[in-house]
Amino acid sequence: MSAAMGASGIGARVRRTEDFRFITGKGQYTDDINRPGQTFIQFVRSPHAHAKIKGIDARVAAGMPGVVAVLTGADLAADKIGNLICGWMIHSKDGSPMKMAAHPAIAGEKACFVGDPVAVVVAETLGEARDAAEKLKVDYQVLPAVADPAKAQDKGAPLIHAIAPGNTIYQWHLGDAAAVDRAFKAAKHVTKLDIVNNRLVPNAMEPRAAIGDYDAGSGSLTLWNTTQNPHVARLVISAFVGMAPEHKLRVIAPDVGGGFGSKIFIYPEEVVCLWASRKIGRPVKWVADRTEAFLADAHGRDHVTHAELALGADGKIAAMRVKTIANIGAYMSTFSSSVPTYLYATLLSGQYDIPHIYCEVDAVYTNTGPVDAYRGAGRPEAAFVVERLVEVSARELGLEPAELRRRNFITRFPHQTPVIMAYDAGDYEASLKKGLELADVRNFGKRKRESERRGRLRGIGFSTYIEACGLAPSKAAGSLGCGVGLWESAEVRVNPTGSVEVLTGCHSHGQGHETTFAQLVAARLGVPIETVSIVHGDTDKVQFGMGTYGSRSGAVGMTAVVKALDKIEAKAKKVASHLLEAAEADIVFKDGKFTVAGTDKAAAWGDVSLHAYIAHKFTGAELEPGLKEGAFHDPTNFTFPAGCHICEVEIDPDTGLTQIANWVAVDDFGIVVNPMIVEGQVHGGIAQGVGQALLEGAVYDGNGQLVTGSLMDYTMPRADNLPSFRVETTVTKCPSNPLGIKGCGEAGAIAAPAAVMNAITDAVGTESIAMPATAPVVWAAIQKVNAARKAAE
Amino acid sequence: MPAVSLTVNGKAVNANVEPRTLLVQLLREQLRLTGTHVGCDTSQCGCCVVHVDGKALKSCTMLALQADGASVLTIEGLATGDKLHPMQEAFRENHGLQCGFCTPGMIMTAVDMVHRLGHELDERTIREELEGNICRCTGYHNIVKSIAAGAKAMSGGAHSHKAAE
Repeated sequence: MSAAMGASGIGARVRRTEDFRFITGKGQYTDDINRPGQTFIQFVRSPHAHAKIKGIDARVAAGMPGVVAVLTGADLAADKIGNLICGWMIHSKDGSPMKMAAHPAIAGEKACFVGDPVAVVVAETLGEARDAAEKLKVDYQVLPAVADPAKAQDKGAPLIHAIAPGNTIYQWHLGDAAAVDRAFKAAKHVTKLDIVNNRLVPNAMEPRAAIGDYDAGSGSLTLWNTTQNPHVARLVISAFVGMAPEHKLRVIAPDVGGGFGSKIFIYPEEVVCLWASRKIGRPVKWVADRTEAFLADAHGRDHVTHAELALGADGKIAAMRVKTIANIGAYMSTFSSSVPTYLYATLLSGQYDIPHIYCEVDAVYTNTGPVDAYRGAGRPEAAFVVERLVEVSARELGLEPAELRRRNFITRFPHQTPVIMAYDAGDYEASLKKGLELADVRNFGKRKRESERRGRLRGIGFSTYIEACGLAPSKAAGSLGCGVGLWESAEVRVNPTGSVEVLTGCHSHGQGHETTFAQLVAARLGVPIETVSIVHGDTDKVQFGMGTYGSRSGAVGMTAVVKALDKIEAKAKKVASHLLEAAEADIVFKDGKFTVAGTDKAAAWGDVSLHAYIAHKFTGAELEPGLKEGAFHDPTNFTFPAGCHICEVEIDPDTGLTQIANWVAVDDFGIVVNPMIVEGQVHGGIAQGVGQALLEGAVYDGNGQLVTGSLMDYTMPRADNLPSFRVETTVTKCPSNPLGIKGCGEAGAIAAPAAVMNAITDAVGTESIAMPATAPVVWAAIQKVNAARKAAE
Repeated sequence: MPAVSLTVNGKAVNANVEPRTLLVQLLREQLRLTGTHVGCDTSQCGCCVVHVDGKALKSCTMLALQADGASVLTIEGLATGDKLHPMQEAFRENHGLQCGFCTPGMIMTAVDMVHRLGHELDERTIREELEGNICRCTGYHNIVKSIAAGAKAMSGGAHSHKAAE
């Protein structure tokens, strides 16, 4: 490998190609795009969590200055615009299909959550649209509402959708209940925990946005949209919503300012912008304000769980039993059904050899906004259950938490868990060992005493998590109810001058694909990284692809690029054989140069690419001109990143305020393409996990009003809430893809909450502390512990 | 509609605006300087930070009319021709951005921080000074590194950059 390649190849800390436009203010986000003749749309949203829409009086609003149209759910129904759908079928234990209620883009008969759109106003300016929207009169009959998932199934709870009695969408289970029962009966020790996995608001800094643009001449529609998966959006909006045939709908996802899952889903707003544009014959633009984001973006988590772990006296885990109620919100969002089932219960084995696991999940409707995948999607919830159970078991059995983990680690691969997954590779002891050293766990006692001298409580918490990434083998996903395939596509176009364009079905919204994908291509073809460009996010340019979520772009998307590059190399060798007048079998390609084995004959990359296109050295009968190849890659297994996070906290007992004193992360992501970018992903994931543990929580009151509806009320992690992180890796290669990549995007968010809560509960001396462990929550827990101690004295 | 005259990135600008127009709306919608972003509606996120008469300010907290006669510097005006500002360079060099949406506000805040507090900024100071800027991607780790490095790098050309405002 040449020196130049070494600086940009796999494993190099290449500075990001995309950064120049972002640091100079030249990024192009959806809100930065404006179309000639553009109008603006304002959504009128229900202020009630549950209400019949008895009538809408638009007379005043329609006559306001600048108003182009006022549209309602009745108009949408009259135009036969289809409902939004959930694309993953889950069957209940009795075999019945999940109860998917109709989800119109604009509510017609009743609103089911605060923020449910009931009408829209389209006007010349946003100000005019807003002024008119305030004059729209909606006659509501307010109905009783239920917002708490734990109460949704109660007798007498308000029924949200007739299709789902008891507000129950499905009652699903996984595992062998009888074997688990037997193991629990025989167990020497049982640890029990009640866990609320708090509801989170994703809050990507760029609010969602859409521009619908109808071209009457061709009858085609274009949608600029803040989406993580433009082709999936096009497919759903065509095939299910019925807005336009797929070939008459173009979806463009330009620069997207963060997603974290919340921009996977197909939302009402983009559908309405397209529909309204066709109706009025002009472009229609919508940009969410942050309040709308809080109300109408899909939230994450929101589980209520009872979990039990059965152990032997030696600390060996015998079985696990979990019962979860998962809040889905008022409607089933695009992938909502899969999150608390196949992305959750399948990870309950953690890094441990657990013979028997049984998990039951009831998914329920409530009068709250939709809940769907948010960074980690099911896996943070699973890791939290497992890592809290393990930590508490160790405390109850008087074992070191690291030791109990070690006794139960899976050490032989492949390993088949009792909950579907077959782990292919890992070395959990290695990451634990490195973590213990880096966190200087040996001297924790010294630091704790030092904290105590200053009147502070100090605690340490571990989280040895696992996740499943690289979504996913399509056939397996299909057998579990997924409505789409989860392969990825790539096309590599070599230009006559030798520069390279890679079209990927993945989408970058902060992950740096324009850099990492180019690193891969530059290393493989031996060309300067500056001559490689990565194209994504436009259904008119890029072949069908599945988008970016679930830490899949490296393992699945880059593997598709590798496969296309294999074909490029094979074709280029054919061209070179004609150019160098040698047998194809004698052509060697290395470091961007074609040579003939055993001779000094050589051709540069640019010579071969040029000759592929001028086609002067071969006839059409011998070889097809051109140098462009495509590939689809369907993974053969998930990938299994895992690692060890260790968190140390210091708590001021007078206020209950928790400070993160130290953070060590040792993750095994397999082969790392760009360590700089991977570390950045881990930092961001940890911050979101710490946010969940310490600060964030979406709160609905009893009437279904979102109490935490702005950045003034919902606490986002800020710079002074967090420390700098020590982030390291260990490496076991992923055997199921040629690059050995596992995925890193969600690890921090999966590992962090349990590490923080294990540390806080260690410091305070009680397991009953709920997330978010805000200062008042921790202070109250300290008072309880102190009172109990006093009573015991 | 009332008229407003101001200087934006060194150029004189005259515009007619509705009285309720915010400075950020004038910048983005009329002047098409879309590097300044809007990330919230409660002046919390800091994506819209620009400099007004040399001081960092959330451009969503000010009416366009209040900027009459002011000199405004946005992210688009920070570089000197093709030469990036040291703080821009520092963000690229230290991977201080991921999705890029909060970045212009972060950089404008960071430059102001250096103007006020000097070139030797410790981690605690930087973190506390970032109170008004939210990032969801980076966990702030590399933003803090970027600002510390950018602050040092600005000691060379600080005067000329300040003069540009």
